[in-house]
Amino acid sequence: MPGFAKTSASKAVSKKGNLGNTLHDDALQNNGTLLGADELVLNMGPQHPSTHGVLRVKLKLDGERVRGTECVIGYLHRGVEKIAENRTYQQFAPYVDRMDYVAAISNGLGYCEAVEKLLNVEAPPRARVIRTILTELQRIASHLVWLGTHALDIGALTPLFYCMREREEILKVFEKYCGARLTTHAFRIGGLQYESYDGFEKDVERFCNDFERRIQEYVDLLTGNSIWIGRTRNVGVLNAADCIALGASGPILRAAGVKWDLRKAQPYASYDQYKFEIPVGTNGDTYDRYMVRIEEMRQSRLICLQAIEKIPEGAIMGKVGKVIKPPAGEIYHSIEAPKGILGYYIVSDATTQPYRVRVRPPSFINLQALDKMVRGHLVADVVAIIGTLDIVLGEVDR
Amino acid sequence: MLDSVLFYFFAGVAVIGAALVVTSRNAIHSAVFLITTLLATAGIFLQLRAEFLFIAQIILYVGGIMVLFIFVIMLVRLDVPLHHLRFRMKNLVVTVVIAVLGAEAGAIIYLARKLPGQGLFIQNMAPPDKLAPNSEKLAESLFSGYLLPFEIASVLLLVAMVGAVVMAKNKKRTEEES
Amino acid sequence: MNPTVLTILHFLQTWWVELTCGVVIVAVVPLVAGYVVLLERKLMADMQARLGPMRVGPHGLLQPIADAVKLLIKEDIIPAESDKFIFWLAPVISMVAALTSMGAVAFGPAFQVARDINIGILFVLGVSSLGFLGIILGGWASNSHYSILGALRSTAQLVSYETAGGLAIISALLLSGTLKISAIVQAQYDQHAWFIFLAPVAGFIYLVASIAETNRAPFDLPEAESELVAGYMTEYSGFRWALYFLGEYANMIVVGSIATTLFLGGWLRPFPNVHWLNWLDFLPAVIIALVGVYCIYRAGKQPVKVQTGFMWAVALGCFAVAFVFAALWLLHLFHRFGVLIPLNLDFILPGLNGAFWFLLKVSGYIYVFMWLRFTLPRYRFDQLMHLGWYILIPLAIINVFAVGISMLLEANGVNRWIGMVLTTVLVLAAAVFLVRWHDQRTESASTASLTPDSYAG
Repeated sequence: MPGFAKTSASKAVSKKGNLGNTLHDDALQNNGTLLGADELVLNMGPQHPSTHGVLRVKLKLDGERVRGTECVIGYLHRGVEKIAENRTYQQFAPYVDRMDYVAAISNGLGYCEAVEKLLNVEAPPRARVIRTILTELQRIASHLVWLGTHALDIGALTPLFYCMREREEILKVFEKYCGARLTTHAFRIGGLQYESYDGFEKDVERFCNDFERRIQEYVDLLTGNSIWIGRTRNVGVLNAADCIALGASGPILRAAGVKWDLRKAQPYASYDQYKFEIPVGTNGDTYDRYMVRIEEMRQSRLICLQAIEKIPEGAIMGKVGKVIKPPAGEIYHSIEAPKGILGYYIVSDATTQPYRVRVRPPSFINLQALDKMVRGHLVADVVAIIGTLDIVLGEVDR
Repeated sequence: MLDSVLFYFFAGVAVIGAALVVTSRNAIHSAVFLITTLLATAGIFLQLRAEFLFIAQIILYVGGIMVLFIFVIMLVRLDVPLHHLRFRMKNLVVTVVIAVLGAEAGAIIYLARKLPGQGLFIQNMAPPDKLAPNSEKLAESLFSGYLLPFEIASVLLLVAMVGAVVMAKNKKRTEEES
Repeated sequence: MNPTVLTILHFLQTWWVELTCGVVIVAVVPLVAGYVVLLERKLMADMQARLGPMRVGPHGLLQPIADAVKLLIKEDIIPAESDKFIFWLAPVISMVAALTSMGAVAFGPAFQVARDINIGILFVLGVSSLGFLGIILGGWASNSHYSILGALRSTAQLVSYETAGGLAIISALLLSGTLKISAIVQAQYDQHAWFIFLAPVAGFIYLVASIAETNRAPFDLPEAESELVAGYMTEYSGFRWALYFLGEYANMIVVGSIATTLFLGGWLRPFPNVHWLNWLDFLPAVIIALVGVYCIYRAGKQPVKVQTGFMWAVALGCFAVAFVFAALWLLHLFHRFGVLIPLNLDFILPGLNGAFWFLLKVSGYIYVFMWLRFTLPRYRFDQLMHLGWYILIPLAIINVFAVGISMLLEANGVNRWIGMVLTTVLVLAAAVFLVRWHDQRTESASTASLTPDSYAG
């Protein structure tokens, strides 16, 4: 044909600019057109402001809807369980704090109680009560961090600072008690090392008296807010059957309607002495999990108030020798950590070092529910759902 | 004097912009230069004291139509034609066409200058108060004299909008089903 | 003299006011926008129980300058495969649109660049909508899939809420009958009421629409840091980003000015027609003097000597300004009462006072913007579009009818306030109905969450 010539495709590609890089082409590389059928894989990388740690989530998207996820974890794996095999029981206790670093005291409580069970020793009543108070304060602190960061992910900038302000008071108590704010190593196998300081009850009482008003601040900001409700209602629904099938525990399980809390079901420390409610939700959505955690903070405050009224006198350390050499055997002990059921499975071979310590981290098991929870939601909801799971990567990866 | 300077400035920008529109290799560049041309034309309208037309040009043409153009350019594959056979004698044809059209226009302007009172030359500018207030006069005529065409035009636009939404939705649904 | 030079001088003489205003706008507005950013950070800190920038300059007052210097000396990174011309052009368009629309805004009875054009409000709206081009082109030029998506989403949001805002403005324009800015304020003077009292729902709709238009929370999904699609500004760093950012804050000022002109009485003082309240004209001086007194009070509590000195300097500055205001008013009073003072500075008064009230109202409006940003969470994009198309636009249309009906009633003899109350009740009923219907729809939509949903409106 006169006047016509073939162009070479390479000429077109070598042109600078955006001709060859429309959304069409991007999508073609990704398995199909953008404005049509197939899937797009979006990587919410290990560095992301909202994944609460180094979590990598690969989202399979169809337009804006999420079809499925794949979590890649292990970025924070430190081999804690392996380390346990080469440390004595007392030496391993500080390592336990670093798993769920937001709620270190709960980790310590679980571990110490597990080893005490293995040794068949009970901590004296005074130690148990002080442990309960500190653990409940830690629960409040953990939920405050959760609330602040979750609200921040959804866009409410202010609750974070209010929560941090309250958490400061709790951390001051911890610092006065054992010298550390975050990774406290507050408990010892068999009881406590430090006596509660002068003014411990006063500090806790002052905090608890102030805290009710503060919780009301958060509730005022968020609970009735129609934008908050719109972002959290019916988002990330996990019903009771799915929770139990997946092994989800903690506030996630309770928000789905299952009234299961180890503090009531299998009481440990001194929880059987106090009266408190277990908040339960109905839908199992993000809003219910939010309400459950707020109510749990209120109940923890009540437990603290009841506990400081009668701290029994007495020893703080049980009959445990300097060298801890439990008899051969195995034990599984679980407690209700702020994030869920935290369990320790310890196998002892009658030496000073455990044979195997296996931790049942609540965040790890709860994270497996992520796939089920995000299906069918929009990309913007993924951030909210990851937030509502309340995961700490230190615990997920250990 | 200021009027002439401004006019030549706007006209120059318009002409240069138009030339750049057709000669740019990159479609987005063409769109941006078209925006420049349209803004310059709006400036000329403003100079003629047609301020409503000026702002209508900006809001509708630049803010509406050009935004649509840019969306389309962004979302559509543009290198498809580049992979196809290309017409090689483009430059020759363009030159011939421009020469013919230019000669015609020049002939018209030259011949018309002799006609008394009906030439193509610029009339005297209307006194400013004839056109003011611009928007009010336009509104008066639109809503009293030309009400029926106005309503018909708006219903037409409404139909077009509804039709577009319906067609887009249907397409998505049939794609989902297939 | 050379005729060219003569023409140039003549040009300057005729247009020197406008030229000065133009230069002032281009030079001052970015600086003011920078200080609005600082103000926002201090306000945010105050609402969050902390202090905000305190180190750079006394009370952080040199923070915007430090930020500007830092952004200017930053390395200019341009993505590799991007279109350099468009990459350069996009933030420029954004900034120029915001500054140009500032030109038609009147800060006082005589402070306007585009000397009171006939289409005042329309000009501001139209030119500020050119900023959308900056967003689209910026997203495109970043040559990143997610930037384009973010830009498209942002543009969709802006276009939807501009429709709602425009309809709300129409309600106010119905009341004023003209597009000219000074005539609108004059109409509010003549009708003895700010238009927000005559068309409150329109004012509220415009508030919501303007928040969405400036991409502020709770409608800031395109800009959010915790979202996956990073938005059109990702690849912009250094001063290009600063241009976008300043354009956004300049846009806030423009939108605040439109709202003040249309709904809050422009440069009128509260109760401008009530003559026994004429002493309110002294209020600017008093308010500024009170600010000075507060500065002196805080000066004693500063930890560092530099800060004390600075507070004293600010206080003295406030007193000086208040003195100028007061002196002008005293002169005016002396003239009124016949005391002969050979100085007639009356012509400055309306302008200065008007500018004070105008800026006070714009500041209040922007304060509400910031307050909402720190309080409310963010809307998800489909919820945002639902709100715009299903609630705001129908409500704005109904409101136009309502204002028209109330004007008709007024023309037929019904008391204006009764007409306003009746129609407002009607519109609010319609709003409640719309919101209920919208809630039902989202309930059913979210329970059937796997069906496709055209969330783009």
